Amino acid sequence: MSEFISPTLSYSLLSPMLVVFAGAIIGVLIEAFASKAIRPIAQVSVSIGTLVLALVQVWRIRTSGSTSAAMGTVIIDGPGILLQGAILIISIIAVFLIADTENFAAAAAAIPGSQEERESIARGQQVTEVFPLTLFAVAGMLLFPVASDLITLFVALEVLSLPLYLMAGLSRRRRLLSQESALKYFLLGAFSSAFFLFGAAYLYGYSGSVSFAGIREAVVGGTGNDVFLLIGIAFLSIGLLFKVGAVPFHAWTPDVYQGAPTPVTAFMAAATKIAAFGAMLRIYYSVIANAEWSWRPLLTGIAIITMVFGSLVAIAQRDVKRMLAYSSIAHAGFLLTGVIALNKAGLDASIYYLFAYGVATVGAFAVVTLVRDSAGEVTDLNRWAGLGKRSPWVATSFATFLLAFAGIPLTSGFIGKFSIFSAAYESGSKAVVIAGVLSSAIAAFFYIRVIVLMFFSDPLEDATSVLIPSILTRIAVLFSVIVTIFLGVFPSPLLDFISNIAIFIR
Amino acid sequence: MNYLTLIMAIPLLGAALIATLPQSKSLLAKQFALGTTLIAAVATIFMTTKFERSNTSLQFVESYDWIKAFGIKYAVGVDGIALVLIVMTALLTPIVVLAGWNESEGGRWSTKTFYILILVLQTMSFGVFAATDVFLFYVFFEAMLVPVYFLIGGYGSGERSAAAVKFLLYSLFGGLLMLASIIGLYVLSGEQGGHTFNIAALSQLEMSSTTQNLLFLGFFIAFAIKAPLFPFHTWLPDAAKSATPGTSVLLLGVLDKVGTFGMIRYCLALFPEATKTFTPLIITLSVISIVYGAFLAIGAKDIKRLIAYTSISHFGFITLGIFAMTTQAQSGATLYMFNHGFSTAALFLVAGWMISRRGSSTIADFGGLQRVTPVMAWSFFIAGMSSLALPGLSSFVSEFLVLVGTFTRYPVAAVIATFGIVLAALYILIPVQRALHGPTEPGNENLKDLNLREKIAIAPVIAVIVLLGFYPAPALNIINPAAAQVVTQMGFSDPAPTHGGK
Repeated sequence: MSEFISPTLSYSLLSPMLVVFAGAIIGVLIEAFASKAIRPIAQVSVSIGTLVLALVQVWRIRTSGSTSAAMGTVIIDGPGILLQGAILIISIIAVFLIADTENFAAAAAAIPGSQEERESIARGQQVTEVFPLTLFAVAGMLLFPVASDLITLFVALEVLSLPLYLMAGLSRRRRLLSQESALKYFLLGAFSSAFFLFGAAYLYGYSGSVSFAGIREAVVGGTGNDVFLLIGIAFLSIGLLFKVGAVPFHAWTPDVYQGAPTPVTAFMAAATKIAAFGAMLRIYYSVIANAEWSWRPLLTGIAIITMVFGSLVAIAQRDVKRMLAYSSIAHAGFLLTGVIALNKAGLDASIYYLFAYGVATVGAFAVVTLVRDSAGEVTDLNRWAGLGKRSPWVATSFATFLLAFAGIPLTSGFIGKFSIFSAAYESGSKAVVIAGVLSSAIAAFFYIRVIVLMFFSDPLEDATSVLIPSILTRIAVLFSVIVTIFLGVFPSPLLDFISNIAIFIR
Repeated sequence: MNYLTLIMAIPLLGAALIATLPQSKSLLAKQFALGTTLIAAVATIFMTTKFERSNTSLQFVESYDWIKAFGIKYAVGVDGIALVLIVMTALLTPIVVLAGWNESEGGRWSTKTFYILILVLQTMSFGVFAATDVFLFYVFFEAMLVPVYFLIGGYGSGERSAAAVKFLLYSLFGGLLMLASIIGLYVLSGEQGGHTFNIAALSQLEMSSTTQNLLFLGFFIAFAIKAPLFPFHTWLPDAAKSATPGTSVLLLGVLDKVGTFGMIRYCLALFPEATKTFTPLIITLSVISIVYGAFLAIGAKDIKRLIAYTSISHFGFITLGIFAMTTQAQSGATLYMFNHGFSTAALFLVAGWMISRRGSSTIADFGGLQRVTPVMAWSFFIAGMSSLALPGLSSFVSEFLVLVGTFTRYPVAAVIATFGIVLAALYILIPVQRALHGPTEPGNENLKDLNLREKIAIAPVIAVIVLLGFYPAPALNIINPAAAQVVTQMGFSDPAPTHGGK
């Protein structure tokens, strides 16, 4: 029997993830033992405190690099740290929205419409399991882009996905829709996990190793069986493309975005994308870069279809959350152009784009949580008519995010689009750039239509009212607006920061 | 002295000041806006006196790093062509503010917002003419759509939101094509010695003729939509009809000039070979615009649409002058841009007053205004004469220069374009006759003539039209060296006259 080797862990480099895991466990304990009165405030403070502490840790290790932080299962390097930072910042503002527990089911385990549910509402009960769930998901997301073997990658994928499946079903209103979306997300997610594992198995068969270093060596050496490599890459890619919502693996996106409680949608739309693209960038840029002949043409096709499809279908949407869902599909296509670029400029641009897009997305969904009538949030676009008249600030904020999505200059979205398209052009993928520019034109149409509706239409009779935002929601919206405009006018500091430290180590 | 940044900052500061005013003080907002635009106009004129006319290089140059990672600079500077357009913008804006004193009152939002939008637009208009960094130009080019969009959609009349959206989508589409071309230039510059957006550096790039043609088209289509040139013109009549008269002046007088200015500054300078390839096509489109725009104008029943159609015809002349590649035509085209700004301003402003008094924009509803409102009628008449390029008024000089300059190289195009002048007489004289002369139509008897504010607003416009008609030298002296420079840089020299002095 071989001797047991105790693992050596670099606690310092792993601290962001460890802090978040610990915070999540404290959250579970609070949920179990704290009294009803102090639970919400305790949960919010623990979540925000944990995330801020983790962000501080990320800042501390920002220039570090190591492949041996956790026995070769995790690589801490520039891109990973940047993405972790982005995930944490986005999660903090998302928690600000989640803190409004009004959006969540009083007792999520109760069957919708049952006696049990009515009783729990009557008692004023409010479970707050959403906070530890969020922290677990964040922990998984932090691990996802820094994982450096397929097993860790898979564990991270599941750690981030399982809480999200639950969170999607927590909506207080329209519970059946919410639960349906959770089930859909779970089934399709489980399916894609299976694809992912299948691909991982083939890559192991190809290279005889589950570690990224081992697979890269095999790809560079080119001695393995290419059929195994192709099947492995294809299935692994399906798993990842599912998470980012690329066509044709996008079918869950609109339903889940619509059904999930809006703060959860905000978190999921922004943070999951960063984590999943982070992992994709690492795999495509550093692990299988030498096999680009096998995946690049296909990924180019998927990118083009994704952006065109997302933009076209978004035009037909009448529900603001579904519209944002299709818009996120289109943006997944734009982000894929960064993956295809396969150069340093593409990496920098993708990280910048992910952060800029994430912030604007959380901001946009934050605004959606504010527009309500007596029955809860109003997501029917027609009833947003005249919002600019009644609540100019809310409407102006939303318009800012839409202009950023559309890539109008002086917003973060424009710099993101410019950098990512120029990187793709530089690498010779001109078709993608042209498709990207044309779908941006299509996308501009539906973003502008919403602005028209808010500012140029008269309010309907059954007017929706805008909730007076809680202080946390207000901070979230304000922060997003400021970041969106600042990154559009003075992008240099962040661009330089990214460009200096975003280098994959192997 | 950083004149250009200064004149760009003045309106922005004014806008910030107005933003702090309480909602109810709408009169104060108007006064602030007028004051700001007057200060900007004075500053611009002062800058013009410092301009060295014989110097053909860019002047008042400033350059700072903006986004270092992409080699983007905040770089501004003007030559004679850009300067003239900046002066035009600076002069027209206070006139628009004064003339449209009550325009903001039918809007969806407050008066305050209206003037903030106007002032922000002015800053961006200065920026778009002054930029010498392609990226900076693009940022202004796209960002200025936003205030115009809200001005049309928020304060216009009729189908205003539909017109605003049509305007925005057309422009965005063109802008995105241009963005693709800009990315192309950026990548090429990176391959040939470092990323830059400096126009001078970009014009030195070597590229294959296919690349050059494609990149040229990206820019040209964007500018042709903006200008607008047939067949990209369909957004203009709707936008001009729905916008307030003041917004229309800024839209046709200033914004659309960005299109023709862009052709000179970017299409010609960056892609000389492609320009030569496409010149026959563009000359053809220009001639079609001239004639087609004129026919549409003759058939128009609505005054605002009529003015928009006449502009399509005029933009045909400007484009013709730009691509004829002779110094006279080039100078004529730039002078035309300047003059067109003022004659369109006069037409739109007076038409706006007529419409708001009568409550209708249909030409047939007017009649006999000469007797009821002599000052208004005469103002409209002079504006109309300027639009048909009556000798002695400013437009004549520029139209003549364009035609003479074009004839030496493209005689057929020049001859057909000359018919445009005949048609212009028709499309102006018919409405003049119907609206101003003849018996007073019922409903027009009690119309009030121009008040003092309106007279003060229209007087400088008419003064410019008449003065530059008799003595165009002040403008031409600034334009000529720059225009000659453009033609020489393209490798053209003026064709020698075919008949020597016998």
